[in-house]
Amino acid sequence: MTHDGSFLTSRLEEAIGWARKYSIFQYPFVTACCGMEYMATACSHYDVDRFGAGLPRFSPRQADVLFVVGTISHKIAPVLRRIYDQMAEPKWVVAFGVCTCTGGFYDNYATVMGIDTILPVDVYIPGCPPRPEMVLDGLIKLQERIQHQQQTGQRPAPDPRPAVVES
Amino acid sequence: MSPPANETHQAVADVETRDMLLNVGPAHPAMHGIIRILAKLDGERIQDAEVEIGYLHRGFEKMAETVDYNGVMPYTDRLNYVSPLINNMGYCMAVEKLLGITVPERCQYVRVILSEISRICDHLTCVGASAMELGSFTVFLYMIKAREFLWELVEKVTGARMTVSYCRVGGVKADLPDDFAAPCKKAFAETRTVLAESDGLLTRNRIFVDRMSGTGVISAADAISYGITGPFLRGTGADYDVRKDCPYAVYDRLPFDVPVGTRGDNMDRYLVRMEEMEQSMRIVEAALRQIPPGPVQVHPETGRPIPAAEMVDLAKVGNIAAFRDDSAVTCPTLEGSGRASHPAIATDEKRVFLPPKEDTYGNIEGLMQQFKLVMFGHGVRPPKGEVYFPVEGANGELGFYVVSDGSGSPYRVRVRPPCFAIMSALSKLLTGDMIADMIPTFGSVNMIGGELDR
Amino acid sequence: MNPASLIESIQNRFPDAVSSFHTYRGDVTVILRRESLLEIARFLKEDPALAMNYLMDLTAVDYSAFGKRPAPAFFASSGVTVRPSPQIPDEEPWPGPPSDARFAVVYHFYSTAHKHRLRLVIPVDEAAAEVDSLTSLWPGANWLEREAWDMFGIGFRGHPDLKRILMYQEFEGHPLRKDYPVKKRQPLIGPTN
Repeated sequence: MTHDGSFLTSRLEEAIGWARKYSIFQYPFVTACCGMEYMATACSHYDVDRFGAGLPRFSPRQADVLFVVGTISHKIAPVLRRIYDQMAEPKWVVAFGVCTCTGGFYDNYATVMGIDTILPVDVYIPGCPPRPEMVLDGLIKLQERIQHQQQTGQRPAPDPRPAVVES
Repeated sequence: MSPPANETHQAVADVETRDMLLNVGPAHPAMHGIIRILAKLDGERIQDAEVEIGYLHRGFEKMAETVDYNGVMPYTDRLNYVSPLINNMGYCMAVEKLLGITVPERCQYVRVILSEISRICDHLTCVGASAMELGSFTVFLYMIKAREFLWELVEKVTGARMTVSYCRVGGVKADLPDDFAAPCKKAFAETRTVLAESDGLLTRNRIFVDRMSGTGVISAADAISYGITGPFLRGTGADYDVRKDCPYAVYDRLPFDVPVGTRGDNMDRYLVRMEEMEQSMRIVEAALRQIPPGPVQVHPETGRPIPAAEMVDLAKVGNIAAFRDDSAVTCPTLEGSGRASHPAIATDEKRVFLPPKEDTYGNIEGLMQQFKLVMFGHGVRPPKGEVYFPVEGANGELGFYVVSDGSGSPYRVRVRPPCFAIMSALSKLLTGDMIADMIPTFGSVNMIGGELDR
Repeated sequence: MNPASLIESIQNRFPDAVSSFHTYRGDVTVILRRESLLEIARFLKEDPALAMNYLMDLTAVDYSAFGKRPAPAFFASSGVTVRPSPQIPDEEPWPGPPSDARFAVVYHFYSTAHKHRLRLVIPVDEAAAEVDSLTSLWPGANWLEREAWDMFGIGFRGHPDLKRILMYQEFEGHPLRKDYPVKKRQPLIGPTN
């Protein structure tokens, strides 16, 4: 986002960024084991609600951060892409767990080696599964990005069309 | 002027109706993972439900053929990821059966203790999540709080909260820490408080009872014909529990009851799971009383404890005589076990388990044993054969069928997933109930994607 | 029932169906000809002395690469015998893969009344990779057979709806076969690797 230097506009952007980062409506796309650590982070002990991110919205149309939690197989990948496409701008994507970052140790016929092959990702939280403290650290990094109004729509997304011609 | 009554009746009967297809798609709010239910509805009643799975298929069985026997351990953690220690134990015991070895008694007690703690974690997650979906968010938070205490306990022993990879073929990674009993007691006290509170909130709650009773009913005969085992089966009245009927490890010495329901509906399954948690705590407490003593001083007069790093430094300069009788002081979650606890937690079969590090660094036999187990092309090599070993997972009978061709990697590892059988019966369970009954029924199935799709 | 009488009761009833049998590590395994599967399964379920009410597991093994990996025979050639515990009987070594056929379909049965287990193995050629379906006796066999079809390509005659269960419909090939490379991907969207 260009800063045209005006005092009022930059104050307004900061205010909007502040409001957005402390009211994150997440869409938790939970598939696998990382979901357990996601639940642990969201619950009383580690409490993601104190960061303003405690309300998951289970419809992509109402969410602004897509938490991809757990391994993505090739069977669910088109569904994930569709969920991402259904979200409205501004939106951010968090790759939670090493299976979403790079595929983890499931380097085989069934697994997508990293969701950044099909979606643009903002924050990568590695770990198998990541400890809740790491998740909160990733969340804080995400909040910094949101504050500075950096969002996924501004980077060119990788081509989601299939690499092979369908017969 | 309203038309005469029989004409209205005729008009209504002529109206064309059609069933509605509702897709409860792969991405849906239940915290259970990703499956797809295609429900054909007549109004609110489900006429037919087709269940589609496989969205989390990660190729466990294919990966198991590419790594060695101990390398399969992290993959087994991620099968039923809410009770990983039970999977670890099942796989290890299957391979040990193939090898024809048994582990020391203390090791069996340790495995049983941790399996039961895992089982409590699984039931807490299941009951908490299904209560949350019925609107009781408080119970979910309470149960996850209790689960945190148990995870901290598991972390004290294994080093990881969830994906632990604690068992090894022929033993476990390290012994219980010295101060295990006190935190365990505290964690169980917290869990019992949480269970009492949740019981008070749910069991006689009008909404909960109305939604759970009479929904998702299955008879014992039907359940057996689908291959269903575990709390799902015991809710129907059949009392098959692998720990009682085909006991393994030290379960035959530990006193516990197997709760059995009567009606086979969701309420009975909830009650069975709540009671099983109490019984699991009972098993752990009995095991801690019966467990044989642990680490021994290697040489009472001459041996002394030596920090592990110091021992390694001495060995690397070749001064192995300096620590010949000593035992290394290790952190069980990090370095594993030293010579003192090795005989308690590992089989003495040299071709299977790594030697204690004092031997690896200290004498040539230990070094050779280490090489033969670690170097590429060597490793644990069971004789050619096939075995099937069932353990009682949190969802039912978890069986491992391992085929070996004598080489260092398994030839075929098959997991018999307990929730696969339950999910295959899901369409039968859902048919005839209302849409809203899908939620408690699916919640009480305790579908774990890692186990279902592997 | 002890292993010997289990095998005896099947052999007495179906003398020409049983190719061979063994008990390795206490597991009773009976190797059958594929034509007799359905009637033997019915006998196992309905005979009161056997009462195998559970079909615990149904899977397959691809024996085409058996013994091809380097396996320095640690246990056999070292001269030291394996010392199994008294609870695990070990009379004779495993006889090897059930036959020369490529696949073996493996069934595990359990009886809650008598608490005994049985494994049935049906060798299946690659050319005619088909066996009878057990869905008429155990509805739980439905999904298990779909998985065997999906992973190995073994057909089941009489199955109501044999389609893929773990992989997506557009996937080609059967992943658990030994000739399917581990990393060969067929993505629906996104790049191939």
